[in-house]
Amino acid sequence: MSPGSDGLLAALLALDRLQARTLLRDVRARSAPLDVIERLVRPALEEIGRRWEAGDCALSQVYMSGRICEELVEELLSETRQDSEPADADPGPQAQAPRLAIAVLEDHHLLGKQIVRTVLRAAGHQVMDYGRQDVDGLVARVREDRIEILLVSTLMLPAALRVRLLTERLCALSPRPRVIVGGAPYRFDDGLWREVGADAVGLSAGEVLPILGRLLEAGS
Amino acid sequence: MNGSTASHGDMTPMQRLLTSLGHQEPDRVPLFLLPVMQGARELGLSIADYFARPERVAEGQLRLRARYRHDCLYTFYYAALETEAWGGTVLYRDDGPPNAGVPVIRRPEDIDQLTAPRVEDSPALLRVLETTRLLAAEAGGEVPIVGVVMSPFSLPVIQMGFGPYLALMHEQPERFERLMRLNEEFCVAWGNAQVAAGANAICYFDPVSSSTIVPRERFLATGFEIARRTLARLQAPAAMHFASGRALKIVDLLPDTGAVAIGVSHHDDLGALKQVCRGRLSLLGNLNGISMRHWTPEQAEAEVKAAIAAAGRGGGFVLGDNHGEIPWQVPDEVLAAVSDAVERWGRYPLDWCRRD
Ligand code: B12
Repeated sequence: MSPGSDGLLAALLALDRLQARTLLRDVRARSAPLDVIERLVRPALEEIGRRWEAGDCALSQVYMSGRICEELVEELLSETRQDSEPADADPGPQAQAPRLAIAVLEDHHLLGKQIVRTVLRAAGHQVMDYGRQDVDGLVARVREDRIEILLVSTLMLPAALRVRLLTERLCALSPRPRVIVGGAPYRFDDGLWREVGADAVGLSAGEVLPILGRLLEAGS
Repeated sequence: MNGSTASHGDMTPMQRLLTSLGHQEPDRVPLFLLPVMQGARELGLSIADYFARPERVAEGQLRLRARYRHDCLYTFYYAALETEAWGGTVLYRDDGPPNAGVPVIRRPEDIDQLTAPRVEDSPALLRVLETTRLLAAEAGGEVPIVGVVMSPFSLPVIQMGFGPYLALMHEQPERFERLMRLNEEFCVAWGNAQVAAGANAICYFDPVSSSTIVPRERFLATGFEIARRTLARLQAPAAMHFASGRALKIVDLLPDTGAVAIGVSHHDDLGALKQVCRGRLSLLGNLNGISMRHWTPEQAEAEVKAAIAAAGRGGGFVLGDNHGEIPWQVPDEVLAAVSDAVERWGRYPLDWCRRD
């Protein structure tokens, strides 16, 4: 982590929105918005994820800090959109970005999905949010939108096990979308993600960023 | 009673539990296996039909104890039962526990008008009380009956949704406080109604207090004080259960909540917890119910041995899963293997794990 993102990390863990904003603005004065995200926001969110997984910070901090980041990044990006002419607007990481979607599968718990979506957006990714879906509905949306990477969150064990059916059905699509799973049941059973045929598992929301990096590298 | 045949010289489950909670070594490590939905399987019913009638749940618990020989009867139905009392709905499925439907508190402002329901007005709560009475009549004081409440601090996750609740906790201290006071009144009335119906102990589920969900400083300012106030008013001993959330970072504070035991996570180091708790607070746990789904009998035995070796000596330990309920998908053979392993390795004095 860079010294700047260390400071941001401390501000986020203390849920100090003003301090976080000041830090982002300071760096913004010297660099492009996407640099701010890459050098400050992303490392801080990944570190918060790592700490949560290790038991060194709490979900309330993960959630509240994600909200702060999403809001600040939105502020930052909307300024850029206003500043730049459409012709030379920086298309950002979206230029060669994969088509991403996130959903909760047959579960009534939306917080995990929300946190992952926040992390993705705060790191500058665009992601379609399908909300709560059953297997049929989800396969149809993925096919329609030609999704390349699907993120699935589940909290209850039966829902986590249903991912098996989902990945089987997605195999019929060409190219086959990659599936990243996450949620509490996977944190209590190391082998569950493989068992249900996923391509990767994220044990915290922050992990989604390096996983995406890995999948994209492998795919290119 | 059904399944309570103890061989000569053995303690009753109640004696076994009380000895262990008194930080003495009983005849063997008490086992709180806590199968819940499995009662439906015993009776050949769907999960929804099973929980629809109190006598079915009582019968299910008795049969499960006859089968696995564990040391308690457990009147837990499902968490969302409490939000039913607050006017919410329950969503059943055939292969797992029911969940709460849409939140009863839709906007934070709803809290200003909210009143706590009365136990006697809720058919769902009355069913649990009837199950408790039926089990108490069977148990004759020999087998502890464990009732359940959601803590005032954890219930709002299903009363209003997790994200909105975290925002309330951080951003609207007055409304948060009002909700806590309402929930405390409800929790105390609900817990004590179960005690009056025959529950010998109350399991106070409070995973939001765990360090998985809130940091220690926030726990001290919120969940800790709430537990202290609430447990002091319950008319039976209580275990504070973190439902597999972590507790090592706050365990030094927990004896002051008034809890006699804590239910701890597989994500925590049981030996490290024991070091802090020895002689002060009993431990319940910490087998991983989710991974039990694919345990072999040998693995079940190894997991039981490891837990007993980490926390069994000196009493103050009850073996159980780390969540307070065994998942539907866990095979019966695994539960039988856990029970056999406790019988085999849980006999005091635990010479096999004594290191001098
Ligand atoms: C707090 C808690 C409760 C509270 C609140 C629950 C709620 N959310 O509604 C209360 C006490 C009410 C409760 C009740 C129940 N609970 Co509960 N509870 C927990 C606990 C401790 C945390 C759950 C939680 O919401 N965490 C917050 C979410 C956001 O965390 P998360 O899913 O892990 O997500 C994080 C990461 O995993 C990751 N992530 C999530 N999704 C994704 C997706 C991708 C793509 C990626 C990369 C990452 C990622 O990012 C998030 C942030 O880092 C867990 C155990 C635990 N240690 O986690 C049990 C747990 C979720 N509960 C469980 C169960 C069964 C229940 C009940 C059904 C029990 C019952 N019979 O009534 C009820 C259901 C309540 C309801 N909704 O009706 C089980 C579920 C698994 C199973 N056995 O089926 C768990 C896992 C316990 C266990 N070890 O078995 N519970």
